[in-house]
Amino acid sequence: MSERRPVLAVIGAGPAGLAAALAAAARGVRVVLTDSAAEAGGQFYRQPARGLGARRPRALHHQWRTWERLRAGLDTHLGAGRATHLSDRHVWCVERQSGSFLVHTLLGPRQTDSVAVRADAVLLATGGYEKVLPFPGWTLPGVVTAGGAQALLKGGLSLPGRTAVVAGTGPLLLPVATGLAAAGAHVVALVESAGPRGLAHSARAWAAAPAKLAEGAALAARLALHRVPVMARHVVLEAHGVDRVESVTVAALNADGRPAPGGERRLSCDTLAVGHGLLPHTDLADGLGCRLDGPGVWVDAEQRTDVPGVWAAGETTGIGGAALSLAEGHIAGRSAAARLTGRVPDPAGWAPAARTRDRLRAFFSALDDAYAAQPVRWTEQVTDETVVCRCEEVPAGAVREAVGALGAGDLRTVKLLTRAGMGWCQGRMCEPGVAGVAGCAPTPARRLLARPVPLGVLAAPAEPQAEP
Amino acid sequence: MNPLRLVRARPGAPFTVTFDDRALEALPGQTLAAALWSSGVTAWRTTRGAGRARGVFCGIGVCFDCLVTVDGLPNQRACLVPATPGAVVRSQAGSGHDE
Repeated sequence: MSERRPVLAVIGAGPAGLAAALAAAARGVRVVLTDSAAEAGGQFYRQPARGLGARRPRALHHQWRTWERLRAGLDTHLGAGRATHLSDRHVWCVERQSGSFLVHTLLGPRQTDSVAVRADAVLLATGGYEKVLPFPGWTLPGVVTAGGAQALLKGGLSLPGRTAVVAGTGPLLLPVATGLAAAGAHVVALVESAGPRGLAHSARAWAAAPAKLAEGAALAARLALHRVPVMARHVVLEAHGVDRVESVTVAALNADGRPAPGGERRLSCDTLAVGHGLLPHTDLADGLGCRLDGPGVWVDAEQRTDVPGVWAAGETTGIGGAALSLAEGHIAGRSAAARLTGRVPDPAGWAPAARTRDRLRAFFSALDDAYAAQPVRWTEQVTDETVVCRCEEVPAGAVREAVGALGAGDLRTVKLLTRAGMGWCQGRMCEPGVAGVAGCAPTPARRLLARPVPLGVLAAPAEPQAEP
Repeated sequence: MNPLRLVRARPGAPFTVTFDDRALEALPGQTLAAALWSSGVTAWRTTRGAGRARGVFCGIGVCFDCLVTVDGLPNQRACLVPATPGAVVRSQAGSGHDE
């Protein structure tokens, strides 16, 4: 009988999780790759559903060859029995037991039955989700997150509307605008609150990552090709409509970050795709007791968290795109495999990935600074009537009252006084908006469970299945 | 151009789901949100408090804005649930348990 291979549970099958799974499976570890989607790829490599029969899915993607390499690598390990891919599994909790971990998952799509998987170590590659700051009209149907518009398009080959405005801030807006335009939507404008001045000033960052400069230039060329006007240093002040969005008011910003008088324009559209950057998914890490560093999970040079047996890679450790996720995943997978098989990891083996990681982390840090260089006083545009917490329908006025009249000084007190963040999404969508309107520091919420779980499942959690 | 042409899709046979007693066409593999959007439906829920219309927002299962009743089961996230032939989809009012 062969010696039992240690089991590494990789949670998330996006770029970081796939790179980690490939690196670990190739080095003597049994990988259980768990993901909520039907197909591997995560948000970045979200695939059209099989039933749609896409013969040229690459038309909606970037870095397709990398995806083909990852997909082929996964297939090889699946075929050889070194890896298992559990799709349609929503991980709601990872439980630490003496010397092992129990990964509790709900079976999709209804998510009412729980299944547990036992592992010797866990690698969190749970990615990120969109940050959206509130403005009047942002709850109207037809207003979607930029990433949501992309998900509907890439996964369902469905266009969210025919006439779109893409707005907010951050690098994600560019591929979203070009993707919608390529698929046949009329993209009226890309409204970006950062100014070209700030971005040009980060020349040092661009020089350090020439591939990123080329990527940016290619996206800019595609915007021009599809005749998408870019309105830099502009914001959407309000979305208008009765039962759905019909138009938006955009305004130019002055040097103070306030709408310049007389600089308003109304644009007709049936869709507003909006995003203000991304936030790391940290619920599972938090539940395991991992230390956070800013909004992301803290990791050491080997991508280990401060909890023994738990690694983290990709955007859960900080937002930085697919290439950085691949590098982090590769390092994490190699480190985990070495430690699980009783070897001391040799960082020389992953030196190229570490150099890529360091360079891209520096690049994204500089890019963040550039996007934030010029102020945007967005909270001043949020009227008292504007709903800030979408689930509980808490208006900004209630949050301001909690701070002003009732003396709330932190996000938790605001939440207790207003119910902002207590609804279905547990504050995932409203946290940055509520914090901004309240003038409080955005503190990471502590959520015991990463997914809503039926009470019956909580009362009788599943026992682990036989060895995967 | 449309998304199907862009990726040269040859989808499986379309099928019907009913949405509030209306027949809508869906393609195999599409989520309910994608199928509803493709049919021009953008709102399928009213909120518990002010009764305001909502549809899909985050598109990836985080925000819970796209809740819908599917085959009698309320509070299903349309962005995660695949459309299936003959599914009976109803727009949802309030908490979904009011009726």
